Amino acid sequence: MSHAEPTSTQARFQAGQRVRIHDRHPGVHHRVPRYVKGHEGVVERVCGLHGQPERFVRGDGLPATRLYRVCIPQSQLWPDYQGQACDTLEVEVFEHWLEPA
Amino acid sequence: MSHDHDHNHDHDHDRTFQPDHPEPTSEAARVGLALRELLLEAGHYTRAEEAAMISRMQGASPDNGARLVARAWTDPAFKARLLDNGSDAITELGFDLRPAEFTVMENDDQEHNVIVCTLCSCYPRALLGMSPSWYKSRSYRSRLVREPRTVLAEFGVELSDDVHVRVHDSTAELRYMVLPQQPAGTEDWSEDRLRALVTRDSLIGTQRTLTATDTDADGAPFP
Repeated sequence: MSHAEPTSTQARFQAGQRVRIHDRHPGVHHRVPRYVKGHEGVVERVCGLHGQPERFVRGDGLPATRLYRVCIPQSQLWPDYQGQACDTLEVEVFEHWLEPA
Repeated sequence: MSHDHDHNHDHDHDRTFQPDHPEPTSEAARVGLALRELLLEAGHYTRAEEAAMISRMQGASPDNGARLVARAWTDPAFKARLLDNGSDAITELGFDLRPAEFTVMENDDQEHNVIVCTLCSCYPRALLGMSPSWYKSRSYRSRLVREPRTVLAEFGVELSDDVHVRVHDSTAELRYMVLPQQPAGTEDWSEDRLRALVTRDSLIGTQRTLTATDTDADGAPFP
């Protein structure tokens, strides 16, 4: 599909790398749930290039942007987490929402 | 549909969604219908393409997922391809969810996977059909990421403390399916027999254990 045409094939982050999810709140539709914002995690895998949700609101979603799966320990997300230390939450995050941690 | 009645009205029967579909009454439904008509008039897709899409969506069911699972259980090479690149692997069985990235997470003795979409209710619908109503509920979506073991226990999933629970929040372009564990004692079963054991909830991860109850040795289709 035209909106997913790659503009860059170089992924900024690699699997296993520690990243932090930006804690920002744009006033448009985006696909980062509030409960993971500001948290650190590890890139579980590098996914494909996709249109940006924020840009679809007003246009074509371009530039196509790298998507990642980020793995966060549950005990870090929720200080009072009742499960086990090994439990994880995994979420898809676009590259422009990530920075090295 | 007959058009020979002559009462006065301002709608156009040729444009109604389906012959037996009720006229839209809410503002949102009217906007949706108007949008569809504009898309058709502008040539973004044809009525035939729309009908084919509706037919395809309505034909989707958890049995498609059961086919993938039974194939993975009986064909290790297919299973490896399915886990490595689900989008490509399912085209071998005639399915296609692209441009969404179909992603399969495998359960084993040390790991349990479960799927949710906290932002809305993303689900591989074109493959598995409509998601269950609880999947779309505020309770499931808000609680599964916060207290997954409690929610899973409510579904009857018993997990020992050493099992790693992985919750997958389907936030963007990936669509997920869980590959459940093959029940013990079914190693020599045919693909069709195995397929009948797979449940919808086991594909979402709210069921962990499948039972090797052979209700139909010929391989009954998914109920």
